[in-house]
Amino acid sequence: MSGSYLEQVVQPDTRDTDIPPRLLGPQLERIWGTPRGLWGFLTTVDHKRIGQRYIVTAFIFLAMGGVLALLMRLQLSGPERRFIDPDRYNQIFTMHGTNMMFLFAVPVMEAVAVYIVPLMVGTRNIAFPRLNAFSYWMFLIGGLVLWVGFALDMGPDVGWFAYVPLSGPQYGAGKRSDIWAQMITFTEIAALAVAVELVVTILKQRAPGMTLDRIPLFVWAMLVTAFAVICAMPAIMIASTSLILDRLVGTHFFNPSEGGDVLLWQHLFWFFGHPEVYIIFLPAVGMISSIIPTFARRPIVGYLPLVLALIATGILAFGLWVHHMFVTGLPRLGESFFTASSMAIAVPNGIQIFCWLATLVLGRPVLKTPMLFILAFFFTFVIGGLSGVMVASVPFDTQVHDTYFVVAHFHYVLIGGAVFPLMGAVYYWFPKITGRMMSERIGRWVVGLVVVGFNLTFFPMHILGLQGMPRRIYTYQPELGWGPLNLFVSLSGCILAAGFVLFFFDVVRSMRSGAPASDNPWQAATLEWATSSPPPSYNFSRIPVVTSANPLWDATILPATRGLRVERRELLVTTVVDAEPQARESSPSDSIWPFWAAVTTSVLLVSSIFTPWAVVWGAIPVTFALIGWFWPKSTPEDLA
Amino acid sequence: MIERCVLFAVLSLTACKREMRDLRSDPPEAAALDQVRPMENRIGGAAPRIMYALGQPYEGNAYQLNQGKRLYDWFGCKGCHAQGGGVIGPALMDGWWRYGSDPVSIYLSLRDGRPNGMPAFGQRMTTDQMWQLTGYIRSLGSYRPSTAAPSRNDEMQARPAENRGPAAAALIARPSR
Amino acid sequence: MIRRFWRRMAWIVPLACSACGETFQSALQPAGPHAASLARLIWSFTAICGVIWLLVMLVLLFALWRRHRPAEARHERRATAIIGAAVAATVLIITGLTLMSYAATRGLSDDAPDPVVIRVRGYQWWWEVTYADRRPERTFVTANEIHIPLHRPVRLELTAADVIHSFWVPNLAGKQDLIPGRNNTLTIVADAPGTYRAQCAEFCGLQHAHMALPVIAEDAAAFDTWRQAQLAEAPAPVTAEQAAGRDFFTAGPCSACHTVRGTSAAGRLGPDLTHVASRQTIAAGQLPTTRGSLAAWIADPQTIKPGNNMPLVPMTPDQLQSVSAWLASLR
Repeated sequence: MSGSYLEQVVQPDTRDTDIPPRLLGPQLERIWGTPRGLWGFLTTVDHKRIGQRYIVTAFIFLAMGGVLALLMRLQLSGPERRFIDPDRYNQIFTMHGTNMMFLFAVPVMEAVAVYIVPLMVGTRNIAFPRLNAFSYWMFLIGGLVLWVGFALDMGPDVGWFAYVPLSGPQYGAGKRSDIWAQMITFTEIAALAVAVELVVTILKQRAPGMTLDRIPLFVWAMLVTAFAVICAMPAIMIASTSLILDRLVGTHFFNPSEGGDVLLWQHLFWFFGHPEVYIIFLPAVGMISSIIPTFARRPIVGYLPLVLALIATGILAFGLWVHHMFVTGLPRLGESFFTASSMAIAVPNGIQIFCWLATLVLGRPVLKTPMLFILAFFFTFVIGGLSGVMVASVPFDTQVHDTYFVVAHFHYVLIGGAVFPLMGAVYYWFPKITGRMMSERIGRWVVGLVVVGFNLTFFPMHILGLQGMPRRIYTYQPELGWGPLNLFVSLSGCILAAGFVLFFFDVVRSMRSGAPASDNPWQAATLEWATSSPPPSYNFSRIPVVTSANPLWDATILPATRGLRVERRELLVTTVVDAEPQARESSPSDSIWPFWAAVTTSVLLVSSIFTPWAVVWGAIPVTFALIGWFWPKSTPEDLA
Repeated sequence: MIERCVLFAVLSLTACKREMRDLRSDPPEAAALDQVRPMENRIGGAAPRIMYALGQPYEGNAYQLNQGKRLYDWFGCKGCHAQGGGVIGPALMDGWWRYGSDPVSIYLSLRDGRPNGMPAFGQRMTTDQMWQLTGYIRSLGSYRPSTAAPSRNDEMQARPAENRGPAAAALIARPSR
Repeated sequence: MIRRFWRRMAWIVPLACSACGETFQSALQPAGPHAASLARLIWSFTAICGVIWLLVMLVLLFALWRRHRPAEARHERRATAIIGAAVAATVLIITGLTLMSYAATRGLSDDAPDPVVIRVRGYQWWWEVTYADRRPERTFVTANEIHIPLHRPVRLELTAADVIHSFWVPNLAGKQDLIPGRNNTLTIVADAPGTYRAQCAEFCGLQHAHMALPVIAEDAAAFDTWRQAQLAEAPAPVTAEQAAGRDFFTAGPCSACHTVRGTSAAGRLGPDLTHVASRQTIAAGQLPTTRGSLAAWIADPQTIKPGNNMPLVPMTPDQLQSVSAWLASLR
């Protein structure tokens, strides 16, 4: 009934004020909705669908990486075990690291942002939504390339930082390192695309009134992260492309005999690799800063210091890559500089911790599962941060570099600092995404198992490292005395794994039969809770106007904008600093071309592992896909 | 997606064998690998039957070819054949073969030596090592790029890498004697 | 949470200590001044960081368990002041730790007078060791074992033949990489006699796990005796079996890769075996040197150390017997 009525009413340039409020929703759904079925699946540019897909894919990669970790623990559970031969073991630990860093940690953080950020800033879709779809397909295919390679005994076997010359042409036989290097290209393209979208969304699509000092901290964190991605990823793309060139066409970037340098690789890699850690950690900072005020029942203490700390971390992150190279024999003065800068990054991190603690002290903390994960974060991440201060010291690092101490350190930082907040964020935002609550009872078990399992697994590794156990060894000899502790670590790993299994179980269970969630089940303050759970395809029927930093706490009814068109996808562009309305801009409709562009680009990239001519011939289908994608439209794109 | 499926299907057929690393050759297999049946003039002949049962690893397995490259360096082949261009001994990358370009002939040259200076390595190397070296030497004289052949060394570059088909670069040159 | 922590410690401490007793490759049991200063640094960092962690946890517990009153502006102001103080304390502690780190670095300087110079070259997956001397006839090459005199600085000149390795003998010093195309040095000093295990600490391929070498610290007299003995050529075979072993070794594939001074075997691709039986281990720290383990290693190196560059050489039981007998006699 409403459809036929709408067809009569909705003429070109119909505004949301022109139709009755009760019909606004159905009309927006008609315009913004995604068709059902496979075609809709392949063509959608809805940031929520793509974000959801991205998150699910990344968590599947997490589970697969976890299985690899268990295999390694099985092999290391006793001295001179022969469950896995060294060749497979080397592939397994390389896959574990590569998979977790490139296919889980970075993508999952960006994926949460792809879902949440447009809701948080109060817009209808992410900027460049087709690029967003393209990004997901690239990420997915890149992950498949890596895992199919592994299944075919072509998995990379040179460690996740693939030091030359071991990964270079002379010592890395076959295509294993090339698959690794090209997978980097896939994931970097995906990550860069999302970073650009986020920057534009955050700077230009905020709801009116959301001035810079009212931006939610998660959005600030993603803005800093996105800039870090844009600055860091080109370094690794240069490195991995140089590696492929060295291996395929015989260039000499890393060949000392022809004037290349093997340390060049390490500089390029870690110039990306260290910021990478903060690219993973800063979004977690944002998640924590979203969860803590909600469950402490008060606004965050120290908004400005937190924002400045985020920015300072983002900048300092680019000044300490050399601390991964303290034992390569660099000049003392340089090492001292990087010791100081590595130590200095503890200061902004300290500011963050203190502000959160102050929020908890001044608030009235409610210990729901997301909050429990934040407590788990404090318990473990502080250990990781402090062991980070330890390895920042050159003399200290000479004893623990490349040992299990470092393995313990970065798992404390990455799991304690990023995965725990992420799991908290899943419990926190799950009701918004699915419209159902996750189980509080199972959640408590998950927190317990994961925190106990994690600490029992990784704390002993500190001791193992100091006792001389290097990382990346596929076995060790009985007389070294590392056996009992390793067995203990392996058994504890099972507790950790059980926690994750329970977590996945809870996710699946809650998705089917969780208790229905209200729009704002946690009584949170930010805009994503102002819309329904799950949000409609158009996010908000009217774009809200923000008048404070905690809009849902400070106003019972949000004021809203009027005047956006409803017969085509249109969203509001605002100014960078004050978020004053600037223009109405059309938002792209669904399209199959991002998918084809990703497929053709993948064919080019994968084939170019095998022959340089693929770059030439492969470029032709890519060109056609891009022509289809950018075919001129007859409608004007933005209107003041 | 279909393109990808096809690509992976094709890859999976070739890749398994190309990338597998058989680190230890069984002694009976290694012994059987020596059972070449040469022609009268010791040029050409039949390869050992087990070679086919094993799937001809020394022709297309990246690891075996890479091992061959290491042995080329380690066993002093460079002393006479240089990087493949030849100094004292004949060039190996010009596509001209005095004693045949097939694996059996090259294996025989390695194992038993040839007149005018090519020493016999049968006492110095194991059977599988000689086959690895054979595979590698054939990649040196290849006209076509190969995805399994090794790439450049970490040293001064004297010729295109084996995976680029170095013999193609020598096509314009006069065959060395 | 605290209870969990203690439960955890109750498990770990005995386990850790049971392991401590046996280990001879540990940064926590220094046997020289460098490692001792590093161990002091490790313990002091650990103590300071432990205290900080406890403080943070205490504040967290306080936040969760205190009686909550409605927040007032007074509280907020006080919180801001406390945060400011905590940040200032962080800066001070960080500066202090940085200075401690610099101080520890100064003690590890390389320019020691009259060092013993040893060139260590990393290969996949073993170590070539050259004792350099001004007089060429006093220079010799050995492998997979280093002897050093007590109390005397030893300068290790580190290079790599193929990929990056890292030399790490935790009881004596921190690690230093061996990088193709670069020359690094590391000075080690031992104060207590003993055998300290060094291991490659930079992933270098298939057998990275089995790339170790014992570092034997002994008094000056014992060191000189050992050095003198190493200068000598390999002893002549005594029994007929040993002689047969030598003949097989020099005629067969073994000599293509290995050197035994005093015989015609002069390969430079594998470890020098001139005094192999005088070393504590074979196969880069993997097996104790006995005639049995020598035979096992020669018979099937690819099962013991899969992927290493020593081929499985076919030989008859008699040949295996005689070769291992001869090698076991090379003291």
